[in-house]
Formats: sequence, structure tokens, C-alpha cells
Amino acid sequence: MRLDIVFRVAAKMFIPFILVFALYVQFHGDFGPGGGFQAGVMAGAMVIFYAIIFGLEAAQRIVPPRVVELMVPAGVAIYAGVGVASMLLGENFLNYSPFAHDPAHGQEYGILLVEAGVFVTVSGTMTVIFYTFVGRGR
Amino acid sequence: MIADNLPALQVVLPLLGAVVCAMLRRGTLAWGVALIVSLLMPLCAIGLLLEVLENGTISYAFGGWPPPIGIEYRVDIINAFLLLLVSLIGAVIMPYAKSSVEAEIAPENHAWFYAIYLLCLCGLLGIAITGDAFNVFVFMEISSLATYALIAMGRDRRALLAAYQYLVVGTIGATMYVIGVGFLYSMTGSLNLVDIAGRLADIENSRAVMAALAFLTVGISLKLALFPLHVWLPNAYAYAPSMVTSFLAATATKVAVYLLLRYYFSVFGVAVVFEELPVTEILLFLSLAAMFGASIIAIFQEDAKRMLAYSSVAQIGYITLGIALANQSGLTGGIVHLFNHALMKGALFMALGAVFYRIGTVKIDDLAGLGKKMPITMGAFVLAGLSVIGVPGTVGFVSKWYLGLGAFENGWWWLAFLIVISSLISVVYVGRIVEVVWFRPISQAARSAKEPPLGMLLPTLLLTAATVYFGFDTTASAGIAGRAAELLLAGLR
Amino acid sequence: MAILEQTVAHYNHWVMIFLMISGLYIVVARGNMVKKLVGLGLFQTSVYLLYISPGKILGGTPPILGEGLGPYSNPLPHVLILTAIVVGVATLALGLALVVRINESFGTIEEDEIFAEEDDT
Repeated sequence: MRLDIVFRVAAKMFIPFILVFALYVQFHGDFGPGGGFQAGVMAGAMVIFYAIIFGLEAAQRIVPPRVVELMVPAGVAIYAGVGVASMLLGENFLNYSPFAHDPAHGQEYGILLVEAGVFVTVSGTMTVIFYTFVGRGR
Repeated sequence: MIADNLPALQVVLPLLGAVVCAMLRRGTLAWGVALIVSLLMPLCAIGLLLEVLENGTISYAFGGWPPPIGIEYRVDIINAFLLLLVSLIGAVIMPYAKSSVEAEIAPENHAWFYAIYLLCLCGLLGIAITGDAFNVFVFMEISSLATYALIAMGRDRRALLAAYQYLVVGTIGATMYVIGVGFLYSMTGSLNLVDIAGRLADIENSRAVMAALAFLTVGISLKLALFPLHVWLPNAYAYAPSMVTSFLAATATKVAVYLLLRYYFSVFGVAVVFEELPVTEILLFLSLAAMFGASIIAIFQEDAKRMLAYSSVAQIGYITLGIALANQSGLTGGIVHLFNHALMKGALFMALGAVFYRIGTVKIDDLAGLGKKMPITMGAFVLAGLSVIGVPGTVGFVSKWYLGLGAFENGWWWLAFLIVISSLISVVYVGRIVEVVWFRPISQAARSAKEPPLGMLLPTLLLTAATVYFGFDTTASAGIAGRAAELLLAGLR
Repeated sequence: MAILEQTVAHYNHWVMIFLMISGLYIVVARGNMVKKLVGLGLFQTSVYLLYISPGKILGGTPPILGEGLGPYSNPLPHVLILTAIVVGVATLALGLALVVRINESFGTIEEDEIFAEEDDT
């Protein structure tokens, strides 16, 4: 499909907005519907969209499989790390209150970090699933 | 600080270990990480058990949100016992895993294998420790998904079919479980098991609650391979890598049994489940069907691993029989058999794994004469086999003794008689292997066999020794099981 | 008439039951492994409905504390079902991965053909 100019131009127009929208959903998750999972799926969808239009090799040049495979455990590490950090600060696992002077702010920072971890893992997982299925049998 | 957070650490450490394994991407290093985590787990579990024995139930509020709003980790004697069992088996099996995994799994997959194994461990421990109905589902799926992947790593291509079959059945089971939880949630508005139990008292016998009980029973029974729902188990155990088979046979079904105990006794209560509904009759019938049906099928198997898998189904029948009896001795027998069966099936499958490591097959005909080549391994196999039969002086006898007592307590002398008869069937299938291994000329496959490396031999011997030790000294196993049974029968904690 | 009214009023349950049964039927009746997974997906989806539909209050507001808001719909089922959806995605991905590898090593994804082949060998 990389020969079809309509697809190529349309894809290049859309992809930045997909990413911006994903980040909007990610960071607006504190105040409205949204969060790491939805945003991660959108970011993964962006990579998949790119790969469908420009080919798997092109996509893997931009988002190498090694990085993606590392993203999956890295996100979980962020999540568990936040939990361990709150334990080290003397609270129960995943209690975000001690992250700031004010518990309410602490909760906000904590959920931001955890959602970042979710984003990393989910976008990585979606991409890695696509890569493995498409790369199979080549 | 560590002592306060033990309940969280019990689940978080394997999760962190899995992350580290997946990042390392080097087989040996990943094994090292998995070993460290697996050895830390029993320490956590022992700490929790001692704490529970001394100060009673531990409640740990996740994220500092007090229950019933937040997720609660709740440890009492029953799940502390189970946590110890699962983590001990995990710790014993890890040194064994190294040689076995190197022989059976492609080198580039080793790190992933250990990562997935730790996720499976994390899921099983999570089911055991959490006090939240939906959290149980999440951990159930973590452990199940990890299990499907582990089974699919078997060398035989039929392992893929077995994993697929298990995936379909396991997902149906888990979904049934969620349906049950959904009904409970819409009736009580709570997901905390203790809270649900309290609120159910007001709305007993509503039809939705009965539907919830039915869905939960079927869903959990699929996971624990209750007799007619066991079809996924023999293939899964037969084609999975040896180390996975030993681990799953010793732990996965036990955790599901625990879940059934928890729902029957702590959430719905003895009065509803056993007195108003015909659960006793149904469970009794299915347990007997398992004890006889599966044992008889086991006799006719060609593959030793498959034979033991059917024997597992039969042994699960004894555990559910203890639940069906629902009296002090019977329940003690069921819970202690949970522990004992884990020891003996762990030992048996590990011995077979060692055989597979040396001769690359576990077809019963190929085992001929192996007793002369691998006397220690096969000796351990025979000892653990005696446990399956229930010979006095082994753990199998202890469980059957309590089950028999439970049967007499209900006045069902015929049941005690049936327990003895079903043990005689297991004499046939264990005896068949003993005959082949010790009294036949050495087969072609077994000609060049020798004892497995120490890393595999010692864990096998350790578990075998445990089956004999706990056959004589029952204060720890049956003592704790008795207290757990008391607690369950007393109803709400 | 009362029965009819009740039936119509609880149409969400009928949709749910229909999805559940048809999903389970596909899992049991179809030999094609991909179709089985589709059935499994339908079965799981019906459960999402079981959780979400009782949580919604007709005319309820979003679950925000504040002046003039409420009674509000229960937000918890949505969170639970988000988790269940993630689990469903993971199951589907793993199931499809297994099917791909079964196809590679057996050359077919029809259960009858695989079992026939197994019986021959």
C-alpha cells in the first residue's frame, strides 16, 4: 500500500494526531474518562497503522522490536516500583499519600506514575502482538 | 516494616522477579533470579503462618484503602497453610528446573520461561491471599494465562493442542466464575468476601444467590478438574515440560480447591450449601466417580505421565470427598490431603521428569528395567507411589485415615469401605509401573540411562522424604489442617 | 400482560442470555479453532453486559460529588469490566498465537482433521 499516494498522505496527516489524542487521553485520565490502557491502545494502534501503510520494516526501523519487548516489562516495573516506593516510605503497597506533603497531591502523583507504567506496557504489548503475528512465516 | 508488608511482598516479589527475568533475556541469569525469588517465598509464607498462629487473622489494606472499599489481603490459617504449600513446592522445584529446562526448552526461550513461571506463581499465591472476589478472578487469569503458555512450551507438538484445549476450557471456567461474582455483586453491592458473607445473611435463598453459587461451583470445578470436568487435565499434564507438570500437579488444582472451600464455608456458609442444597450428594457422587472412574482409566494408560495425570484426577476426588463430608474429621482429611497430594504428586512427576531427562521418553514399556539403572530415582518413585496407594507410614495413609474417620462420623460405614476399595485400584496402576521398572529386562531406551544430576535428584528425594516424614509426624500437617477445618466449620471468621 | 411488560423491561438480560448461549454454542459446536475463539469472545462479552447494565441508573448523573448531582450510576462495574476486557484481549491473543503455531505444525486448524491425523500416527 506504500505506493498509493492517498493512503500515504492521509496516514502522515493522521498519525501525529493519533499520538496527540493518545497523550490527551493519558493525561486527562485524572479528570475525566481515559487513562493508561486506552491511551496505550491508541499509541499501539498508531504503530500498527504505520506498519500497515508503510510496511513492517519501516515501522520496525522507527519502533525497533527490541525496544518494544523491553517496554512490556518496563511498564510493569514502573507500576511495581511505585508500590515498592510507597512501602519504603512506610505505607502500604501502592498507597500514594506519602509522595507529597499533602496526601491529595501524593495520590495525584502516584496515579500519574502508575498510569504511565500502564501506558508503556499496553502500548508495548499491542505493538509486540502485532509484530509477532505479522512477522511470523516471513 | 518488612513484617507489616509481608502479605504484599508474597505477591509482589514474584511479579518483580518476572519483570527482571523478562528484562535480562539471559537464561542462566533469569534462573538465578527465579531461584532467589522462589527461596524468599517460603520465608514470607512462614512469617505469615507464624503471625497468624500467634495473633489471628491478618488484614492488609491495599493502597491504604480500608476494606470493604479497597482490596483487602486477608490471611487466616487456611490460606497461610496454602501459601506455605505453594511457595515450598516452588522453592523445591527451582533447583530441579535448571537441568530439566535446559534439556526440554529452546535456549532463546529460557528467560521467558522463567518470567512466565514466576507470573504463574504470582497468580497462584495471589488467589490464595486475596480477600476480594474480583481480585481472585484477575489472579486466576494471570496464573491460567501463564499456565497455557508454559504448557505450550512442551517439546511434543501435541502440547499446543493441549494448551489450546485448556485455554478454551479454562476461559469458560473463569468466565463462569465472573458470572457468579457478578450475581453476588449485584445482590450485595460488595466484592469483599467477608463483607459479602455478612450481607448474604439478610438475603439468603434468593434465586440470584443460588445462581451465583451454581456458577461459582461450576467455574471453580472446571479449574480444579472435578471428575466430569477434568478432560483438559490429562493432556495438559502429559505434554507440558516436566518441571511445569510437577509444579502444576502440586499446586494449581490445590489453589482451586482452596477457592471452593472459601466460597462454600466462609462466604455462603455450611447451612446454605450443605443443609439446604443437595451439594453433599452431588459432591459425594462426583468424588466417588473420580476415585473409581479416573483410577480405572489410569490403569490402561500407555504413558506414565498420563497415568499419573488420571491418578491426580482420582486424588482430587478424595479432597472433594472431604469437602462433601463437611464434618471435622472429613474436612481435616480433605485439607491434609491437599498438602499430602502436593508432596507425593510433586515427587512422582519429578522422578518421571528425571527419567525423561535421561531417556527422553516416559512410555511405560520404555521404562522397563530402569530400576537397575536409576535405583535412587526409581526408589523415590516407588516410595511416593506407596503414598498414592495409602500404605501406613506414608502421607497417603494419614489423609485416608481422616477421611475414613469422617465417613464413620456421618455414619456412612460403606463410604469407608469404598475408600479402601478405591485404594486397591491404585495398587494396580502403581504396581504396574513397579513391575515394569524393577522386574523386567532392560529396554532399548533405558540401556544407557544413569542417575540424573544432583540438582534434579536432591529435590525429588527431598519431597519423597517429606511424604514419609509427614506420614509419621502429623502434628504439623494434620494439626494445622485440623485447626483450619475447625475454623471453616465455625463459619464466618 | 404483566409478564410481557417485565420481559420487555428487562431486555438487557435477554440480549445477555442470547449472547452467552450463542457464544457457548459456537465453542462447543464448531470444529474450526478460530471460530471457537470467536465464540469464546462472545461468551466473555456477554459478561460485560451482566456487570454494566445493572450499574447504570436511567437518568443518573456521572459519579461526581457535587451540587445538584446524583443519584449517580455506579462507576465500579466499568472499572471491573475494563479489567475483564484486558483479560479477554490477552486470552484472545494467546489463543490466536496457539492457533498460528498449531497451523504451522499440523497444517490445519480444523479439530476433526487434527484428531484424524493423530489417530493415524
